[in-house]
Amino acid sequence: MTADSAGPAAVSGAGPSRLSVENLQVLRAPSRGRASVDVVDEVSFRVLPGEVLGLVGESGSGKTTMALALLGHVRRGLVIGGGKVIVDGRDILPLSPRELQRMRGRQVAYVPQDPSSALNPTLKIGTQLREVLAAYEGDGGRGERLTEMLAEVGLSTVPGILDSYPHQLSGGQQQRVGLAMAFACRPQLIVLDEPTTGLDVTTQRRVLETIRELCRSYRVAAVYISHDLAVVAEIADYVAVLYAGRLAEVGPAREVFGSPAHPYSRRLLRAVPSLDRSQVLRGLAGQPPRPGSRPPGCFFQPRCEFSLPECEAGPPPMTEVSPSGHAARCLRAAEIAALAGAEDGPAARPAGPGATAPLLDVHDLSATYGRKTVLADLTFTVPGRQCVAVVGMSGSGKTTLARCLVGLHPTWAGDVSFAGQRLTAGVRRRSRDQLRRIQYVSQNPYLALNPRRTVGQIVEQPLAHFEKLAAGERYERVVAALTAAALRESFVDLYPDQLSGGERQRVAIARALILEPDLLVCDEVTSALDVSVQAAIVELLRGLQHDRGLSMIFITHNLPLVRSIADHVVVMNGGRICERGTVSEVLEAPRDGYTAQLLADVPKMTVAVGEG
Amino acid sequence: MASNAALAVLQSAGRGRARRREWVAVLGRAVRTGRGATGLAIVGVIVLIAAIGPALAPYPSTSFVAAPFANPSLKFPLGADTLGRDVLSRTLDGGWQLLLMAAVATVLGVAAGAIIGVAAAYFGGRWDTLMMRAVDVILAFPQLVFALLLVSILGPRIWLIVLAVAISHAPQVARVMRAAALDVCERDFVRAAQILGMPARRVIRREVMPNLTSVLMVELGLRLTYSILVIAGLSFLGFGLQPPTASWGLMINENRIGLVANPWGVLAPTLLIAALTIGMNTLTDAIARASLGVGRRADDAVLPGLVVAGAGQ
Repeated sequence: MTADSAGPAAVSGAGPSRLSVENLQVLRAPSRGRASVDVVDEVSFRVLPGEVLGLVGESGSGKTTMALALLGHVRRGLVIGGGKVIVDGRDILPLSPRELQRMRGRQVAYVPQDPSSALNPTLKIGTQLREVLAAYEGDGGRGERLTEMLAEVGLSTVPGILDSYPHQLSGGQQQRVGLAMAFACRPQLIVLDEPTTGLDVTTQRRVLETIRELCRSYRVAAVYISHDLAVVAEIADYVAVLYAGRLAEVGPAREVFGSPAHPYSRRLLRAVPSLDRSQVLRGLAGQPPRPGSRPPGCFFQPRCEFSLPECEAGPPPMTEVSPSGHAARCLRAAEIAALAGAEDGPAARPAGPGATAPLLDVHDLSATYGRKTVLADLTFTVPGRQCVAVVGMSGSGKTTLARCLVGLHPTWAGDVSFAGQRLTAGVRRRSRDQLRRIQYVSQNPYLALNPRRTVGQIVEQPLAHFEKLAAGERYERVVAALTAAALRESFVDLYPDQLSGGERQRVAIARALILEPDLLVCDEVTSALDVSVQAAIVELLRGLQHDRGLSMIFITHNLPLVRSIADHVVVMNGGRICERGTVSEVLEAPRDGYTAQLLADVPKMTVAVGEG
Repeated sequence: MASNAALAVLQSAGRGRARRREWVAVLGRAVRTGRGATGLAIVGVIVLIAAIGPALAPYPSTSFVAAPFANPSLKFPLGADTLGRDVLSRTLDGGWQLLLMAAVATVLGVAAGAIIGVAAAYFGGRWDTLMMRAVDVILAFPQLVFALLLVSILGPRIWLIVLAVAISHAPQVARVMRAAALDVCERDFVRAAQILGMPARRVIRREVMPNLTSVLMVELGLRLTYSILVIAGLSFLGFGLQPPTASWGLMINENRIGLVANPWGVLAPTLLIAALTIGMNTLTDAIARASLGVGRRADDAVLPGLVVAGAGQ
């Protein structure tokens, strides 16, 4: 960290900040019968030149609304209710649309989440970069600047990049082009809205390094928005934790991650799996309050383990915890911050049930898509009552493997036996018993449930297909499955669109459980969920595996998660297995170069709760 | 306990049905908009005319009661046609057959098209190619020409006209339904049903179709308009209901030589057909807009930020 980043000037003092946000408020405009409601309120923070502020929040916390407000923009239906966004001494909120337009790009740049949709697919990269330069710098010295821009983001070695179209580049390269554009005119402030979501860890690491270097060398202040705490820990000097549209906590990254002073930050950090330890993840019960239904007191109070009667009275003020600018909106901030060093770290994961004879034995499995081979010679076993994690980057064939095993991908060859019996390729030729005993939970909970059916109908469906039961008995089984997935009986009558992402995924799990399967294939079941919800789902699955002696194939790209759930791990690269073994063997002493590289690239939370 | 639970299931199923029949919801929303109400009113009036018209007609529609092309008078409010028959009576009597034929042709055509389209999307691969190329062949004929071809070969029989119009609808419906179904078939809840080993028929009926009702409704409305036009057009061209039957299309043809002497012989059926078409189109348009809004809540949840953004509408 630089000298000035440790000083008190950064957040609370009077240093020459690049960006200073004061009491920003964004409202939902009043409309037919609806009063105006604050979406983001009382947000204040400052960023110094050359520093990165990490803005952390879960879905619905107002991250993107904040990001756009920093550019003087709000989405339709929203209005800026008050406050100041001061960039280099000038408040940008009162500017006219024309002035804002002139300012954007020159003074404030924005890097959106999805680079592939931010670049025009019909124009060559060179043309798009030249456009940026022409718009902001006139015609002067284009050729040189172009090569310079590419060199800055590490793209100058890619042959013919200027003549390529966006789809010919990888996701990481596209995001670098986006960065090159954002940095082209030497803005004073750059706003990055989850720029590495969807990138592989290796690519993510390189993009993060590029952002850091550019900010340092050009003294650009950056606001890095993310839901991924580990990434923020890696890149940010300062952290602001957003909860329900208000800042829960701000402060230097080291302090916020080391001794969180707000109960929410504390719980959030506990929900993050660690690569080094196998631990029990603790999720957060309930949901953040939506705009319009937020409680009169502290917004976090209903979910808080530290709450006092005073918390319900009114919103607590920002309380300073340390002179470095570490502050939290909590009555017991100092007390909670002091807890971190004193108590034990997260509980270690208890040992699972012992392994029994192999349940699933995969031998030389190869699969094709048309003429293309996507899986080659996979061999591994799933012992009974154990969880095997399959890890790999996008395109490594993880999902195809899952689809082969559950019978959705019929074009494969090889010897796969399940409980001693041969497993055929297509669903059609499998016995009812095999179909019942292997169940699947898919990646995206928003696509996994039929929006036209109630939760009860959805969960009941497999049962209705396999067993002829009386209505009453069937209903009892549905309730039992919902209870096993930690849902209440009252969910039976709800429709999927009335549920949150985590609840939907629980319904999908209940649907898989109702047949009492022996093998559960989970395909990236937490990748669409927030970290606190992910923790709860992982703990649910682990508990089920333990209590019911379930075997599990857990497919993920998240290596730390493997630690918290799996017993064995299979690492895949380009449709082949490059390493397999027990979790501790593979994660602690990888034998394969690819595995070692993956592990090295995983963003690590260098400062974790309760480690002191 | 068991009977209580059973009761709860029944109740929940009943409530679900009452609350979530999608087409009811879509129709309700459509009709509450100005556009939908206008469309429904126009269509309603004309369907009413066609349905109860035969009972209200002052004269038998085929008897010669006045001089050819007699001008409108108190006795004959819309005058007489080319053969001296009462235009009002013929107009009131000439709609129900047209509407009935159009309705049957539309239901047949949309049903066939939906089955082909959804099956092509669901099974994919070779089946998809085969069905869609067959569809392309039929699509190569203009709708009216196709119907004319069939009728001129096999003779002007009513069932044949209905069938010809239905067949000419099917390929276009198939295209639309296939595109809509492709999206639904890719979703994970369809996969979840497939891996249970459920037969395709049941997966389509229970998982895919409920998500296509709004598309299907828009298609029904749109195709009904076309059916009316094609069937009226066929009778105008002399294929269809044969004289002396009263039929709006036929009336336009019979009376066009007397357009100057008594324009009502042509104008009355023309106005009715035009109004019906416009009304039907307006209603369909409203339904299409309403159905866009129905899936909205589900989509909002995918991008929670949009709940906030979309709340202003």
